[in-house]
Amino acid sequence: MEKLFEIDQISFGYKSKRVIEGLSLTLAAGVFYGIIGPNGCGKTTLLDLMINHHQPAAGRIRYKGKTLAGYSKKALSREIALVPQNFYINFPFTAKEVVMMGRYPHIKRFAAPSTRDIRFVHDIMEQTDTLAFENRFITQLSSGERQRVIFARALAQDSPVLILDEATSNLDINHALGMLKLAAQGVEDETKTVIAVMQDINLAAAFCDHLIFVQHGNVVANGPVDKILNSEILRDVFQVDSKIYFEPYSDSMQVVFRK
Amino acid sequence: MTEDIKQKSGPRLGRSKVSQGSQVILLMLLLVLIIVASAGMGYIKIPFSDVIRIVLAKITGNTGILAGMDKLLPVVVLDVRLPRILTAATVGGGLAIAGVVFQGILLNPLADPYTLGVSAGAAFGASLAILFNISFMSTWSVPLLAFIGAMSTLLFVLYLSSSGGGYSSNNLILSGIIVAAILSAGISFLKYIADEQVSIIIFWLMGSFASKTWTDVSITLICVFFGFCVFLFYSRDLNLMSLGDRTASSLGVDTQKVPLILLLTASLVTAICVSVSGIIGFVGLLVPHMMRSITGPDNQKLIPVSLLAGAILLLGADTITRAVLPNEIPIGVLTALIGGPFFCYIFRKQQTAKVW
Repeated sequence: MEKLFEIDQISFGYKSKRVIEGLSLTLAAGVFYGIIGPNGCGKTTLLDLMINHHQPAAGRIRYKGKTLAGYSKKALSREIALVPQNFYINFPFTAKEVVMMGRYPHIKRFAAPSTRDIRFVHDIMEQTDTLAFENRFITQLSSGERQRVIFARALAQDSPVLILDEATSNLDINHALGMLKLAAQGVEDETKTVIAVMQDINLAAAFCDHLIFVQHGNVVANGPVDKILNSEILRDVFQVDSKIYFEPYSDSMQVVFRK
Repeated sequence: MTEDIKQKSGPRLGRSKVSQGSQVILLMLLLVLIIVASAGMGYIKIPFSDVIRIVLAKITGNTGILAGMDKLLPVVVLDVRLPRILTAATVGGGLAIAGVVFQGILLNPLADPYTLGVSAGAAFGASLAILFNISFMSTWSVPLLAFIGAMSTLLFVLYLSSSGGGYSSNNLILSGIIVAAILSAGISFLKYIADEQVSIIIFWLMGSFASKTWTDVSITLICVFFGFCVFLFYSRDLNLMSLGDRTASSLGVDTQKVPLILLLTASLVTAICVSVSGIIGFVGLLVPHMMRSITGPDNQKLIPVSLLAGAILLLGADTITRAVLPNEIPIGVLTALIGGPFFCYIFRKQQTAKVW
């Protein structure tokens, strides 16, 4: 399989606090990755390093064989799209305008969107079930609706890599499943690689091919879901007792926790 | 099919149906109209046709057009009124687009040059120049010190609020308010220790376009035009920055470089405007706010429209104080007196219209 990200011994910290410490990880193309770990373990920081929003203090990250620093911001924005967690927008853009911003990396600075861009945005909004409020202001949507618009915006970027940072945490189960299905569809069609930070381990087990457990700013376990997900690792990482079994109904491994 | 979707998608509040192109053309026509009208108004009334003849004669160099006209009129229009009119319009446009950019970067629709302390810095610099009668650059010392004050205040505010990489908008606004408070106290102190010059300081602080020259016009015009080009170039990035730092970054915006370039340029524009005309409040706040409800928040549309609307508004206000009112009121006082309550009104209206 083609190597997509090669993360080599990176460290990063804010001021005095080290967040990532000598982390190494290799990610292949065409896989649905789930990143799992307790709050504050450095998952979001890891994502920020992978989209080159922050630069590692030591070590380096290669994307498609070239260091991230070697990509222009614009070139990288055509490669990697990010769906952030909880955010808000202060200005009354319409939902459609926000989704169209996902096309900006493909549109020249002073050019108007082409009919193809407009068509693309329309199709994406149809798939993400956001068409119903395309002309409403983003400032007046509920947090779940807003999250779906932002997801649509990331899909409109039409990038080979899609990064979800707890993107389903604001959504009802119907729309959470819908969002993850769309992401998984992209992986199945071999057009996308998905890297998702998730809190819900059952959703992660159902949709991800591969799980990466992060603790104290480092990867502690990493492998295909059926091989890596067990009660020992959950006890190590989260200090909880759990039972793990194969559930035919969802056709995936599932976890139940002791109260 | 598309009709169908439009029906379902609910009302689109407020935005104008008039296309972007016609909005700009309409505002340009309005601006030209007000410039001509304003040039004819004042102590000596000049018919519009004569104003146009004077300008045409100047442009074409054909003095024959002026046949049979009082020799005084061309002097009044070209040397007294037009410099003042064009400075007022340019400053209005400059303050308005600087306001758009400050609001866009600080993610706060209520931000403006005041919030960042830039205006206070300029005022402090100017007060110093007046108090100590600094005159090493003759008439330019007040504008120069105002400019130095504005820029050093901005740099200090940036230094105060920077952490790691980038500037959080909350930190910027907080630092700006703190620094502005200190500088206001400083200005009060300067006023206290100044005896004879106190009236000059106070008058400068209230703002005025009286006795502007063609040099003022060209300096402000060059700076505002430069700022306008920079803002327009980065207008799309400014849109993306309203999605937040991380998202903007993932959409290809250099979130360390672009805000810095925009802040510096917006402060340059503000400083030049303030140094030429004194402190004129509410234009940078009010105009972007009003225009946003017409064009929407897309900065590619908002910036050109705000430039023209700011020019129209401030020129209108200056014409009122110069030619309509029996006594000239400082323009800064007038804009605050009219703009403030008006702003309260639209702000309150928006609060009650919000449906969450």
